[in-house]
Amino acid sequence: MIFLDNLINGLSLGSIYAIIALGYTMVYGIAKMLNFAHGDVIMVGGYMAFCGLQYWGVPTVLSLVIAMAVCTVLGVTIEGLAYRPLRQAPGLAVLITAIGMSYLLQNLALMIWGANPKSFPTTFINGSSIRLGSLNISSATVYTILANVIIMVLLTLFTSRTRMGKAMRCVSQDRGAAQLMGINVNRTITVTFAIGSALAAIAGVLLCSSYPILQPTTGSMPGIKAFTAAVFGGIGSIPGAMLGGVLLGVIEIFGKAYISTELGDAIVFAVLIVVLLVRPTGLLGKAVREKV
Amino acid sequence: MSLLSVQDIHVYYGAIHAIKGISLEVEEKEIVTLIGANGAGKSTTLNTIAGLHRPKSGTVTFAGEVLTGQPASRIVPRGLSMCPEGRRVFPHMTVRENLEMGGYVRPSSEIQSSLEEMYTRFPRLKEREKQVAGTLSGGEQQMLAMARALMSRPRLLMLDEPSMGLAPILVEQIFSIIQELHNSGVTILLVEQNAQMALSVADRAYVLETGNISLSGRAEDLLHDEKVQKAYLGS
Ligand SMILES: Nc1ncnc2c1ncn2[C@@H]1O[C@H](COP(=O)(O)OP(=O)(O)OP(=O)(O)O)[C@@H](O)[C@H]1O
Ligand SMILES: [Mg+2]
Repeated sequence: MIFLDNLINGLSLGSIYAIIALGYTMVYGIAKMLNFAHGDVIMVGGYMAFCGLQYWGVPTVLSLVIAMAVCTVLGVTIEGLAYRPLRQAPGLAVLITAIGMSYLLQNLALMIWGANPKSFPTTFINGSSIRLGSLNISSATVYTILANVIIMVLLTLFTSRTRMGKAMRCVSQDRGAAQLMGINVNRTITVTFAIGSALAAIAGVLLCSSYPILQPTTGSMPGIKAFTAAVFGGIGSIPGAMLGGVLLGVIEIFGKAYISTELGDAIVFAVLIVVLLVRPTGLLGKAVREKV
Repeated sequence: MSLLSVQDIHVYYGAIHAIKGISLEVEEKEIVTLIGANGAGKSTTLNTIAGLHRPKSGTVTFAGEVLTGQPASRIVPRGLSMCPEGRRVFPHMTVRENLEMGGYVRPSSEIQSSLEEMYTRFPRLKEREKQVAGTLSGGEQQMLAMARALMSRPRLLMLDEPSMGLAPILVEQIFSIIQELHNSGVTILLVEQNAQMALSVADRAYVLETGNISLSGRAEDLLHDEKVQKAYLGS
């Protein structure tokens, strides 16, 4: 039973990583950059939902919607102000800008909400649990896994069926050729940031529902792990982010349970290194075509 | 008035002055070819017309509208389409999806009939409809790239080295397709390394040398021009 418990916890944690990893992987696939501020958007989402619930007395679902709206605007603004002017700049300049943006967000959160950790309120998301035989599953776990599945299905439909989704796939495969189709590349990048940031808000609320401590650095570790998950699954690949995230969560929980609590994070990165040695493009990554 | 008119454009890559004041015209219903050695600036010229590069100075006018500095997303809907060098098909999309993306700027209700049209013109693509484009042969990819460029129903089609890397029999086939397209009323601006073939299908030609146009005239005349024969026709 402990095994099943761990598995379910791993799936839940992994689902959070997966939702965050989608943001990294989509932005990487389409804008060809690593948005290291993505983890901190999660934190902002957590704080916005916290404010809604704690200070403004807004219902849970509405708090989530507010968090998503604020994060979407934030993500699109970051892209437009900080990254867009660097579209033709070397990758390193963009990377450093993203890291700077990450610290900027953390420091703004510190100014606004202070350094003291906030305790995330109990809502219907994490307020109950389900008994299945001798298993006791928290409702947060159920909602998290469910959210992950729904997001995966919707994103798959979006990228395969809609005009904008197809345009995004084109841009990720060949930006120049996409422009020649008449696709407005800047617009696809804006939409990518909007989707990734809205997902980050969802991840933030789910994360705080399972681990209800909120502080300005709340987003960094999950952000780094989710980035790892995206690389693990094959950066640029949406199913890869999903698979990488879920596997990473399961490995982390099992590593902590059966090998060593202290080394749990180290085990995660060790697995990543082994996978990349065997498959440099990640589990589901596609080899990049050599340009002739 | 010409369909396409390029006036004295200068294009730079950083400090490299790649195009040093090129002017050219393409009239409605013409095939015009741009020939020149490797690195002469042929692709840069086409890419600039297509809106992928911004010229530092000079103007590009198409169908009476000044397009200079407009992004490609504004240019394609006006009826100017390009099939780029190296084909550049979307490797992880199927043949059909590639073609559909070619019609991105058109209302979705019109896509189906254009698809049928392309499948009639390129029956090979119909057979490969569901195949992922990255696994097509070079010749099939070239046909796909051309069909994709035609999906936007361009008034002017620009082709950048459509015969590159193809076996002689396929080169023949590509050129006969170009001829057919021309007969069906598409205006074509063709960039080629294969000067012999290009000059024999074209109405007029420009010869490009390190960012400048060194010669221009009727294709037939250039085909018999001594300098051109020496430099580009290997005789
Ligand atoms: N992205 C770039 N950055 C810097 N220089 C470039 C770039 N692209 C092209 N150039 C330079 O501009 C010049 C013109 O290149 P272009 O590709 O237009 O030539 P081309 O005539 O199409 O040659 P080819 O027949 O080999 O395709 C060359 O000297 C090339 O090195
Ligand atoms: Mg070229």
